[in-house]
Amino acid sequence: MGMTPAVSADAPRPLKRARITSMGAAKSPLLGAAMFAPAILYIVLLIGAPFMLAVFYAFSDARIGSNELHYVGFENFRSILQSPSFLKAIKNSVVFTICAQIIVLICSNILAIVLEKKFLGRGLVRFLILLPWVAPVSLGTIGWKWILDSIYSVITWVLIWAHLVKPYEAPMWLGQPYLAMASVILVHCWRLIPFSTVILLAGRTAIPKEIPEAASIDGAGFWRTLFQITLPMMRPILSVAVLFGTIFTFTDMTVVYILTAGGPFNSTQTLPSLAFATGIQGSDLAAGAAISLFLVPVLVVIAYLMLRVASRTEGA
Amino acid sequence: MAVVQTRNLTKVFKEGELGAVNNVNLETREGEFLVFLGPSGSGKTTLLRMIAGLETPTSGEILIGGKVVNDMTPRERRIAMVFQSYALYPHLTVYNNIAFPLKAQKIPKNLHKEKVEWAASLLSIGSLLQRKPRELSGGERQRVALARAIVREPSVFLLDEPLSNLDAKLRLSAREELERFHRRVGTTTIYVTHDQVEAMAMGDRIMVLNKGVVRQFATPKEVYDDPADTFVATFLGSPPMNLVENGDLIVGFRPEHFRLADEIKEPKVTFKFKVENVEYLGAEFILSGLIMGGQLDGKKVVARLLLGHTYEIGVTYDFAVPERHLKFFDRATEKKTEARALAWA
Repeated sequence: MGMTPAVSADAPRPLKRARITSMGAAKSPLLGAAMFAPAILYIVLLIGAPFMLAVFYAFSDARIGSNELHYVGFENFRSILQSPSFLKAIKNSVVFTICAQIIVLICSNILAIVLEKKFLGRGLVRFLILLPWVAPVSLGTIGWKWILDSIYSVITWVLIWAHLVKPYEAPMWLGQPYLAMASVILVHCWRLIPFSTVILLAGRTAIPKEIPEAASIDGAGFWRTLFQITLPMMRPILSVAVLFGTIFTFTDMTVVYILTAGGPFNSTQTLPSLAFATGIQGSDLAAGAAISLFLVPVLVVIAYLMLRVASRTEGA
Repeated sequence: MAVVQTRNLTKVFKEGELGAVNNVNLETREGEFLVFLGPSGSGKTTLLRMIAGLETPTSGEILIGGKVVNDMTPRERRIAMVFQSYALYPHLTVYNNIAFPLKAQKIPKNLHKEKVEWAASLLSIGSLLQRKPRELSGGERQRVALARAIVREPSVFLLDEPLSNLDAKLRLSAREELERFHRRVGTTTIYVTHDQVEAMAMGDRIMVLNKGVVRQFATPKEVYDDPADTFVATFLGSPPMNLVENGDLIVGFRPEHFRLADEIKEPKVTFKFKVENVEYLGAEFILSGLIMGGQLDGKKVVARLLLGHTYEIGVTYDFAVPERHLKFFDRATEKKTEARALAWA
């Protein structure tokens, strides 16, 4: 998918292509292929091959530590579709993705509006807000694991200190099903908001400042300007933010894996973390591969939507 | 309809620096077409934006219809503005662009269609209502912007260089249309431009601004015939007024008043004029050259002449200016001063 924009960006510019061919018709196909090769190799070796392997495993009975491999048809799919933990993981993945996207979208819009205004220390605030995205996911999440820890949680400590909860019935952030899901979602949002904010900020600054000014002269207040003028004008960039965010969220397993490892009682298990738990930790490669293949239809739809946004933006 | 007033209106963007607008006092007349004219950076757009409520004044007052509006939002001021870029909402159809102010001001929905169609027919864009702004030409966009401004029947119109994005030919017809439009609706209009021809052609009165200061505020005729200072004298007119230093004065005369001495049958001042360049513009000549001899020896001047004579480069002619067309400015202040008898020879 990483290549596609390059191809489509080339298409509407026949002029440029004509110039390159005129430089030396004999040389250019080879040169073109050479320039193209790294991208092809990257996709084939790092994305295509593992994907084909996953498809291959999903129809086999491959296990870690076993030398034998048999074709078993749809047996793996049949069995995981009957497994309650798989159905739960699908539900969790959907909840996780939708909740996270809604929160991210609202928060990053607010942040983008605030950060667009000029104020003292804006540069510093922008830098701080970007930090969660720049820091490695695993490190940030480990930090959150401590913040949400059942014994050492600073949040719990503050709540007790403020007499909002009693010490012996303090919430177990990662130990109670709904709280655990909420924690996982919020930590993921913490990580995604900066990225989304930067995209939306770019989108906002791309709107000529006369347009909101014209709206204010036409009599529109803040909300009307936001919902009828700025947000609709930002629709292409909003969809990019949402689609990227959806992919990041739907395929993410780091936050879940580090914070809860899917627990308690599979209440935070998502498709990627279940695939990992089943295929790698549970040694059932075939079942893990089959689970991970359920990500594909969703991702294909998102990829399609992204390409449509891209081509529509090019057309405009 | 309402009168716009400003009292000592000042805008300073950076403390310690000269203001973008300094102590501007103005009062429009009912239904007037007022033009702010000045080069870029003269503060004319800032002044307009303060009246619109898009910019907060550093000091001074703005009154619309006799009420101080300094603390009012643009929407409370009941003004309409057309931006240089038109600022049409790109995602809305022409119809919805024009209807937007009606929605925003919560005008009953059943009146929208009628009002939009009225505004659209006034600007003859009735057939474009379902298009998006990007499908329109520059001239059409300008009309949509005007229609959007007129639709809620504002008390004051503010126009920020609305013609500058049009090509020369279209600009002329759009200008005429704007004039006709103003005559028809009769709303008090403030128009910002850097184009002196537009200002002269359209304005009932012109306020000439430079570096945030009002240089002259008068009718086009007064501004042209009787400029208040050397800036106004040279900013209006193409080619601009000739200015030559003589003693402690600067003497100015318009190129069209500088003609062959024989043709002037009234008290006049004569010069020897050596032609250095001739531009033939179809209906007229523009001659530039030097004054030879006398107090003004070697000064560059320009003459604008109707056809009828031919002039050769390098030849010296007897030229003259009627005395009543001489303007006098103080050399130190560059302001207009009393006419005085001067030594020319």
